[in-house]
Amino acid sequence: MSKGAKLPVWADVALIPLINVTLAFLAAGVVVALIGENPLDAVEVLVRGAFGYDEGVGYTLYYTTNFIFTGLAVAVAFHAGLFNIGGEGQAYIGGLGVGLVCLALDHLMPWWMLLPIAIAAGMIFGAAWAFIPGYLQAYRGSHVVITTIMFNFIASALMVYLLVNVLIKPGQMAPETRDIAEGASLPLMHELFAQVGIKITQTPLNLSIFVALLASFLVWLLIWRTRWGYAIRMIGHNESAAVYSGINPKKMVVVAMAISGSLAGLVAINEVMGAQGRIVLDFVAGSGFTGIAVALMGRNHPVGIILASLLFGALFQGGAELAFEFSTITRDLVVVIQGLVILFCGALAYMMRTPLERLFARFAKSREAN
Amino acid sequence: MTAIEKQGLRGPVSCAIRLEKINKSFGAVRANADVDLEVEAGEIHAIVGENGAGKSTLMSILYGFYSADSGRIFVADSEVQISDSKTAISLGIGMVHQHFMLVENFTVLENIVLGAEGSWSLGDSLRTARRKLQEISDTYGLSVDLDTLTSDLPVGLQQRVEILKALYRGARILILDEPTGVLTPQEVDQLFAILRTLREQGVSVLLITHKLQEVIAISDRVSVMRAGRMVATLNTAQTNREELAELMVGRKVLLRVDKRPAVAGDTLLAVNNLSWRDDAGVMRLDDVSFDLKAGEIVGVAGVSGNGQTELLRVLSGMLDIQQGSIAVDGVLVDSDHQLTPKAVRHLGVGHVAEDRHRDGMVGAFEAQETAIMGFQDEAEFNSSGFLNRTAINQHCVRLMEEFDVRPVSPTLKSAGFSGGNQQKLVIAREMAPKPKILLVGQPTRGVDIGAIEFIHQQIVALRDSGSAVLVVSVELEEILSLCDRILVMSEGRIVGDVAAAETDARSLGLMMSISRSGEQQEARR
Repeated sequence: MSKGAKLPVWADVALIPLINVTLAFLAAGVVVALIGENPLDAVEVLVRGAFGYDEGVGYTLYYTTNFIFTGLAVAVAFHAGLFNIGGEGQAYIGGLGVGLVCLALDHLMPWWMLLPIAIAAGMIFGAAWAFIPGYLQAYRGSHVVITTIMFNFIASALMVYLLVNVLIKPGQMAPETRDIAEGASLPLMHELFAQVGIKITQTPLNLSIFVALLASFLVWLLIWRTRWGYAIRMIGHNESAAVYSGINPKKMVVVAMAISGSLAGLVAINEVMGAQGRIVLDFVAGSGFTGIAVALMGRNHPVGIILASLLFGALFQGGAELAFEFSTITRDLVVVIQGLVILFCGALAYMMRTPLERLFARFAKSREAN
Repeated sequence: MTAIEKQGLRGPVSCAIRLEKINKSFGAVRANADVDLEVEAGEIHAIVGENGAGKSTLMSILYGFYSADSGRIFVADSEVQISDSKTAISLGIGMVHQHFMLVENFTVLENIVLGAEGSWSLGDSLRTARRKLQEISDTYGLSVDLDTLTSDLPVGLQQRVEILKALYRGARILILDEPTGVLTPQEVDQLFAILRTLREQGVSVLLITHKLQEVIAISDRVSVMRAGRMVATLNTAQTNREELAELMVGRKVLLRVDKRPAVAGDTLLAVNNLSWRDDAGVMRLDDVSFDLKAGEIVGVAGVSGNGQTELLRVLSGMLDIQQGSIAVDGVLVDSDHQLTPKAVRHLGVGHVAEDRHRDGMVGAFEAQETAIMGFQDEAEFNSSGFLNRTAINQHCVRLMEEFDVRPVSPTLKSAGFSGGNQQKLVIAREMAPKPKILLVGQPTRGVDIGAIEFIHQQIVALRDSGSAVLVVSVELEEILSLCDRILVMSEGRIVGDVAAAETDARSLGLMMSISRSGEQQEARR
């Protein structure tokens, strides 16, 4: 060791998050105990609800899929030094793209032909929705945090209008489109398993989880193995150095936002083309915001994002189970528990660093002495 | 380890400060190891050492920013515990930081009183302070107009305010951290006159610096630190720069650049009537014209902030040209024909940015990523859409070996290298494509003496191979010894163009202080 008390890599990427999650659960346990339930029982219900049986696992992974997409979206923007709060709106507009393509072409081709077109449409629509705040940030100086928040509201209003007035399936009251034709929507996982003779319970989990894993790999390639990723990271770290290196920071801000938006737009593959099979009101349901916590906890690295998404997916599914099993633990309390996880893993991520560094330094010293 | 040399040791009674066996570690690094130091009352005591030798740590311990792991501190022969800077001030220790701690929109008086008001009523405090300051300036011959806004004062006077601040708080021991970095030679002379007066009045001055010629000029004794240890304390009159440099580095160092006379060839860079205004409308470059020829090193001297930064940025394409034109190896660039930094690089221009932390590197990037900055789009480093990590790694190792960058670990974060090694990596990167024109800003800022020698040799070697080099530096010594021709900048204009062999620091300093009206600024007393 040459300089200071640096943590070994494994402690940085594995031990610290583990300690943080443990702390979060301890704090949540205190809350549960305060309202008079046994925290250990609650943990058992939560874990069993998320992983204990095939339906629970299905729902957990279905939520995970959404969080991977939005987490990647936030991470890409973050590498460029941008805080994209607009994943929610970009995913929603992405749904418009996916929905329009599916509704236009579903009678012409099977799902596997439609999928690449739908992916492209979702990405383009999501990218377009993020492009505008990106452009305004780069060339007009409007802060991207403010504009992306505003664009969430605009997206929401636009989609309500379209679903109520334009895209609504005639002859009904619910603001949603007609179903995508059978055979054109993404196969659900239980259907696929049934084809190879394994019977599992029906859940919204569908093929798009593989799209999410592929996207994670591609994002890793993009950020760390291409010159565009190099440029994105450079403007994120040091804009002046980017100019020095012949990179146009304004252009890269727009590019990074567009890529970010396109990843958020992929949520619609899971929801519109997969789970719902149509565009429904508010199908994003907060995934865009959860993506911020996921990216924060996953340290903006695809592997971290996949793991953090799994944690949050489990919290969503297990939390729902928790609210169902205990009359005293309401949906809101589950949100509190999720909030504690975000607090400890995201906002306080570096709290344990200094004491841990000291511990490691002492350990190193005592080993030197021996 | 070198035995600690002690000369001129008088009785312990005259000691203003005595440090005994000070130890301080940061993790595994021993920043101070068994450091002893004695400063007598009424002496100017210089402390020299390379970056990271432990000077700043030692002063921080003395001023209460850090507490030592072990060791004893005596002030006026009684042992003290200095737990914070408040204690230090009450013990009569004052510090003038390298970067001034002044509130720009306060008057001089308000700045001096700030934090030492002594009464709830500001009016009272200011009146008392004014009286007390009058006495101080009479005693020490330090005068500043107390009612001027601090932002209106030149740097030299701002520094004087800092000294007054310390004296106002009753300092008898004054620590000055790199006090001459931002001053013109004339301002340095004035500062030294003040320090001599302080000495006559019995104030002890601790001078932290890396400029050896100043140590020789002003100090009574000098202590040399190396790698956390105090390696020698010498009477200044009995030593010289070469000896001090050797003690600092631990080996013989060549202070003068060894080079043949320049053989100037064709003009490679022609700058014609270049002017540039910043967003606030301030004329940063004012009708700048000069030629840069193959085989010569041209230096740009000047107090920092007089247009040198903008000059480098315009020439390298980082800023657009507003007025005037430049011809880079025959290619005309003006306001209608702008070039991007990338295009300028493709014309064979290398650019070592003035501030490597701002422009020249990215601390969070791996060294090999820093090693391709500006070249990231080259075919050499890309294959079918992806960065070619193997090629980049090999390139970085090659640069590191050629320029003696240590450690040779391309995947280490750039911020993990010492200043000198960072700078050598940046210079290696810019010199690797054998540029026809090399723009170098502050070639050796924050670089150790040993590395300075090496960097200078490399620059001279590039010149000898027929390239043109433009060096911007605030270190006059460096400009004088490295360059063949010197341009002097003041307020955005070129006010002097002289051969390096025919000038000296004094006359350069006089030119540097020429103001827009064409007269020399009269330093206010």
